[in-house]
Amino acid sequence: MIQQAAVRRRSFASRAVGQGSAIRRMDGLLLLAVAALSIIGTLLVWSSTRSWTSVEPTAMVKKHVLNLFIGAALLMAVAMADYRWLKPAAPIAYGVALVGLLLVITPLGSTINGSHSWILLGGGFAVQPSELAKPALVLMLAMLLTETAARTDRPRAIGIALCLAVAGVATILVMLQPDLGTTMVLAVITGGVLVLAGVRKRWIAVVLALGVGGAMAVWSMGLLKPYQVARFTAFINPASDPRGAGYNSTQALVAVGSGELFGKGLFHGGQTTGRFVPEQHTDFIFTVVGEEFGFVGAVAVVLLLGVVLLRSLRIARQCDDRFGTLVAGGIVCWLAFQTFINVGMTIGIMPITGLPLPFVSYGGTATFANMIGIGLLQAIHLRDRSYGRGAG
Amino acid sequence: MTRMRTRLIVLQILVVSLLVVLVVRLWQVQVVRGREFVATATEFRTRDVVVPALRGEILDASGRPLVRNRTSLVVSVDRTTLERLPDGGAAVLKRLGRVLGMPPDKLKQQIRACGPGVTRPCWPGSPYQPIPVDAQATNREALQILERQEDFPGVTAEIQPARYYPGGSEAAQMLGYLQPVTQHELEKREGLKASFSGVDLVGRDGLEATYDAALRGTSGLRRVQVDRMGKQIAVEQQRSPVTGDTLVTSIDARVQSIVEKAVAEAMKNNPQSDGAAAVVLDVKTGRVVAMASMPTYNPSVWTGGIAEHDYQRLLSSKSGKPLMSRAIKGEFAPGSTFKISSVSAMVADGSPLRGTYQCPSSYNVNGRAFPNAGGMSLGAISLHTALVKSCDTVFYRAGFEEWQRDGGNTPKSKVKEPMANMARAYGFGKRTGVDLPGESPGLIPDRAWKRNLWNATKDEMCKRAKTGYPEIKDAGRAAFSKRLAHENCAEGYILHAYEAANFSIGQGDVLVTPLQLARAYAALVGDGKLRSPRVGWALFRPDGTLVKEIKPPVVGKLPIDKETRDYIRRALSEVTSDGTAAGAFNGFPMKEVRIGGKTGTAEVYGKRDTSWFASFAPAENPRLVTVVMVSQGGFGAESAAPAARKIWEGIYGLGKNEKGKRLEPALPSGRPVERLPVIKRDGTVAQ
Repeated sequence: MIQQAAVRRRSFASRAVGQGSAIRRMDGLLLLAVAALSIIGTLLVWSSTRSWTSVEPTAMVKKHVLNLFIGAALLMAVAMADYRWLKPAAPIAYGVALVGLLLVITPLGSTINGSHSWILLGGGFAVQPSELAKPALVLMLAMLLTETAARTDRPRAIGIALCLAVAGVATILVMLQPDLGTTMVLAVITGGVLVLAGVRKRWIAVVLALGVGGAMAVWSMGLLKPYQVARFTAFINPASDPRGAGYNSTQALVAVGSGELFGKGLFHGGQTTGRFVPEQHTDFIFTVVGEEFGFVGAVAVVLLLGVVLLRSLRIARQCDDRFGTLVAGGIVCWLAFQTFINVGMTIGIMPITGLPLPFVSYGGTATFANMIGIGLLQAIHLRDRSYGRGAG
Repeated sequence: MTRMRTRLIVLQILVVSLLVVLVVRLWQVQVVRGREFVATATEFRTRDVVVPALRGEILDASGRPLVRNRTSLVVSVDRTTLERLPDGGAAVLKRLGRVLGMPPDKLKQQIRACGPGVTRPCWPGSPYQPIPVDAQATNREALQILERQEDFPGVTAEIQPARYYPGGSEAAQMLGYLQPVTQHELEKREGLKASFSGVDLVGRDGLEATYDAALRGTSGLRRVQVDRMGKQIAVEQQRSPVTGDTLVTSIDARVQSIVEKAVAEAMKNNPQSDGAAAVVLDVKTGRVVAMASMPTYNPSVWTGGIAEHDYQRLLSSKSGKPLMSRAIKGEFAPGSTFKISSVSAMVADGSPLRGTYQCPSSYNVNGRAFPNAGGMSLGAISLHTALVKSCDTVFYRAGFEEWQRDGGNTPKSKVKEPMANMARAYGFGKRTGVDLPGESPGLIPDRAWKRNLWNATKDEMCKRAKTGYPEIKDAGRAAFSKRLAHENCAEGYILHAYEAANFSIGQGDVLVTPLQLARAYAALVGDGKLRSPRVGWALFRPDGTLVKEIKPPVVGKLPIDKETRDYIRRALSEVTSDGTAAGAFNGFPMKEVRIGGKTGTAEVYGKRDTSWFASFAPAENPRLVTVVMVSQGGFGAESAAPAARKIWEGIYGLGKNEKGKRLEPALPSGRPVERLPVIKRDGTVAQ
């Protein structure tokens, strides 16, 4: 208590960057990887939007940098928040996300690119509550599973049921938008957190069965929009409709492939300049890496994302607190799934799904959510360190 | 917590393996198959746009333009832009139709892509090429479009070169015309495919066709980088077009103009005539100085795509098929103009050049009387007089006796046929090889021709000889036709005595073109060499350097000596003063320049006679040959000779104009231009 009081007496600045400060105690490698990805992302957003004629060439990249700064601030704020507040904050975060998702389906919501996922704030700003739902759901599930944990180290049935209910509500609201990508992310987060929490293997089987059954139900009941069905068909056979749904997939593959080993150089990608790949600053930003930075650049981005994921897993492993481990693990599931799907769809091994590439794609709310995720990881890491030192 | 750690390790393995999958797949896509995707990307990203080259001009011998390029305002439509509009551009086309005064449906047809089942009007070129819809837009129309671009997305009005004919309808058939290249031509011209696009035009007739490759130049290529919507964002590669070569012809625009007027007048003065042609040749070189064919038309109707009714008019018999050059494609019996060949044949076959020949009023050929025109009877005359007075009976006799010597109706195994062979030596019966497409060969009706014709028709004739003509209603005509069929079946291979006699005076089945006759006379009054006439004289690059000079090749030599040629020439020199053309040349200043010539009047079954006049000047040392033919013009002296007189007066500046002033000679002292014009570095002609 004395130590804490001493800390409290120090100025904010020295607390933030000084000797033994929060930032210095954070996972530096994780921060560095995120910073590197953000810088690369900025260049790619610039490259892919500078040929736009609707806005001036640097408008989008300026907005992206602003988003990054807001995101960085959120990261720091969450990282330095008192760890003990995180658990009580979970229902609040979940509640806020749920309200956002509900607002989206009211007349306040707006449709962009076939997804009714947005709330316009005016002045060119918009939020996408489904992005915020990702960290909120991670927190909420971790909280529920920690609070209902049995001594046997396995979650109790009531906890699992609550988790499924909480996740179900959010997932259904996202499905209504419809946003297939985020729906899958939420499902993966839920599954991942439950598995990490030690759910019995037979429960895992049941959940998997439910998932597969649910997917089949969604398919057979025609809840998917025709374009979503078309995307899956096109994934299985891109040549089936090269001008339509297969177009994106073919163009993305061609753009990435034409980068060859070293790429054509920043701003020199002909496919990027010609805007042959749609949504190139958001969902298909990896095609810009592939074309302009080549295999070397693409692998560098994948490795940086790998660093983020492995450092996050390290934080999860080192955490001796059940809640912290589950939060970190949930975030890993979320980011890993999004990375694999996003990169995979540009190189023809995953179907086209509207998911951004973490830390690289343009997109305000997504950037904020990702940064909040890193903030949470750092908060767990900091708490772990201080406890560890305290114990030692 | 241990279970959780185990599961975290499983998760870590999963994450690492997924990342490995991504890296392996990236290697496969970017490194292993990279080249392949680079090629595909280039294909997606670039479009080749052909930049047509400016076509070379066609000049006359002094460098005056016969065909030049004029800029015209062309309204073009970019189909890809229209297709992206919500209504597919229907509203734009409607507005454009109002401005241009064209129905929108017609515009829609013009810009649709040609393909299987889609025939013209349609667009055969690249869809990235603006499609011209109006090649003769006015400034007003262009401004309406350019000032309201927001109403006309994808529509442009720009200045483009188009063919322009300073002489109007003059020499139309000889100059030829341009048409968009057809698919068939593209396939035939393997090497030219790359340099051709839908906007390119190909010379379809006349000089434009013969010298197409040189005139066309080399198209430029612009490889443009386009975006996803097909919009051009950059030029990746550019090869500038190379302007086509300039063709200098031996045509003299002033003489051409005189010739056109003369034949047009001849037709006007003989309302029954249905066509006329005239050729002026340079005797020394064999070059064409002027060539005209009536009726004619203005080739500017082809510019910017010909209208259907104009096209039909050009082809129809009612309008006299103005597209056809009668000078090289018209085949007519030559009449007495042919006698130069018959006289040559007689002398070459042993008849004495200075002997005397009987000119009775009628000559008996195998029991049939062949009379002189007008029953003329001159007694014993020289060949000189026979030519001047055009005594047919002298030639009937020669032709008949030659036929008899060859065995008559039962020919020897080796016939001499001196007249047919001499005709061939004069270049009749085969194409002259002039540098114009579609020339007709004419016809020499010798024994071999007769036999070949019979071989080709005898089956039908012999069948008809038995079955008759039941489909002919008139019993008398049917019976006559049957008798004729029987006769043809039995002895159609025999060249009859009357046919040999007719041939000697250029009648019967013999056919020549005006150009053939002109070059035969040029050979006779010149150096005795037969040349393949040329209209093209030289090709110059746009910067004035000479690519090549075109020389009319010598293709034969008349098998008669100079004495004979001079004898015939001197005889023909008197035709205009003492002979058949004396009336037509009454009052002509023969002291200044003497015109030699020969009239021809060829009978055509069921029609008026073909009127001919073949002439040369100066008679003592000829420099030019002029042949005039008026189809259904009557006697040679009646319509062709007066037209030829007009031409000579114009060339030498002998007549007087309306104000009574002496005419300016088109060719001073009747000498054709002997030196090529000098083309300066900037492409203009040095004066």
